[in-house]
Amino acid sequence: MNPQLFQLICFYAFGFVTVAAALSVITLKNTVHAVLALVLTFFSAACLWMLLDAEFLALALIVVYVGAVMVLFLFVVMMLDIDQEKMREGFVKFLPVGLIVAAAMLVEMLGLIGVRAMHTQVMGADPAAAAGTSNTAWLGRALYTQYLLPFEVAALILTVGVVAAVALTLRQRVDARYESASQQVKVNPRDRVRLVKMAAERPVDETAAPSQESKS
Amino acid sequence: MADQLIHQLLIPVLYIVAIVLPLIIAVAMFVYWERKVIGWMHVRMGPNKIGPFGLLQAFADVVKLLIKEVILPTKANRALYYLAPLLALIPALAAWAVVPFSSKMVLSNANAGVLYLLAMTSMGVYGIILAGWASNSRYALLGAMRSAAQVISYELAMGLCLVCVLVLAGSLNLTDIVNAQAGHKGLFGWFWLPLLPVFVIYFISGVAETNRAPFDVAEGESEIVAGFHVEYSGSAFAIFFLAEYANMILVSFLAAILFMGGWLSPFPDTWGFIGQGGFIWLFIKAFLFAFMFLWFRATFPRYRYDQIMRLGWKVFIPIAIVWVLVAGCMKYYGLVTIGTGV
Repeated sequence: MNPQLFQLICFYAFGFVTVAAALSVITLKNTVHAVLALVLTFFSAACLWMLLDAEFLALALIVVYVGAVMVLFLFVVMMLDIDQEKMREGFVKFLPVGLIVAAAMLVEMLGLIGVRAMHTQVMGADPAAAAGTSNTAWLGRALYTQYLLPFEVAALILTVGVVAAVALTLRQRVDARYESASQQVKVNPRDRVRLVKMAAERPVDETAAPSQESKS
Repeated sequence: MADQLIHQLLIPVLYIVAIVLPLIIAVAMFVYWERKVIGWMHVRMGPNKIGPFGLLQAFADVVKLLIKEVILPTKANRALYYLAPLLALIPALAAWAVVPFSSKMVLSNANAGVLYLLAMTSMGVYGIILAGWASNSRYALLGAMRSAAQVISYELAMGLCLVCVLVLAGSLNLTDIVNAQAGHKGLFGWFWLPLLPVFVIYFISGVAETNRAPFDVAEGESEIVAGFHVEYSGSAFAIFFLAEYANMILVSFLAAILFMGGWLSPFPDTWGFIGQGGFIWLFIKAFLFAFMFLWFRATFPRYRYDQIMRLGWKVFIPIAIVWVLVAGCMKYYGLVTIGTGV
């Protein structure tokens, strides 16, 4: 089997799984199943990127989306109490809206592809391979030299997003009580526990009469 | 054609078998060793009836688990209930593909090996969450929620620790990372010394990531029975067990590779054959780390949930972030000499 043919087969296999999983995200009735289908979509998209030698992007997609974002998503979806019948009710009503959105997206994508096709220049050779380094090293160098300003701006925007999310969701209830970890650490065992020295056995008083408990 | 097919498919499959089979046997022996060690620490005997010194106990347990019935709880989600143990096991085994056992012995010398490891270990949590949800049990769901929150929190700390190692080594490739620790300083040339706080954080996060005591709130026998796998029996439970122990051994190997010089010898290379590197050194180091897992379990009481979250977010992550900066300065000012390997 020559490598190119094998790569082609892999491409179609991953592509088929990606499309099939993406379709099942919107068709599956069970929401947890739909989230898992979305996970599979991300995963096979990462496999497709891996075929393009974009290993850093592929693995970052898995680490960020599959490993963190979708776990939280699944977490939320599991907690929802969804009435399946009610979910399907509005299907016909919302179908025109959905179709319009889909058509708009299709037109946009076709336009983009058309514009790209008008540029005669073909995609150049892999810059990482041309520089003789791994994809990751090349990407890192490009990000921190050529694209340093956009990179820092993106980081700043994300930080603002994090701060905003925390500020929006953080509610301090006046009647809530919290433990202070530092106070807990400072606790001295002698304040809490009293050790009493005593003999292991009490000497049995032979002459005493049997107690009340043993009689009853 | 047939020649190429053998070269491209059969030989990798043989390599995979050569890693996975010893791993499964290692898991069995590790379970035996755990029961024995904790037995000694509790002044008990531990397993001693089956085979010499009870060595065959683990295999007897495996046979017992495999011939037991797998019970499906009422109203459980059938497909996900059976899928969950596999989702826990597959990443635990797949992660071993990039682990280098010596300078030449590695299945896949991937350039982005560390990222691949992060990706695989972060996927293991799906098995736990789905097991908890699909078994239609309150205890299981509680265990799954705790586990998901814990694993995500400690993954961040773990990732930042890895960043420190990457900054010093200048590579994502695990073989290169070990080679960067080589040099005439031996034991003191390894990354544990410049990255000491990060090394400690990494190992503790590893313990938390594998849901082991004292971070085993996901199982919490005394509160939520057995957490996410309370409804699982027979071979399905055995798969969870295998995944958990395979992950523990993996974390031990990674701690040895990233911070303790992997297969490198702790002695200077002028000392004859004990100064030479080899996979035996890696196994000794990994064994010591694996032993720590058992030692922790016998020593520490379980953390409270809010204490776990505080430790992860308010202690480990800030220290790790600061140490990324420190590691960057150490590299920039040349305070750490980076070996190039052989």
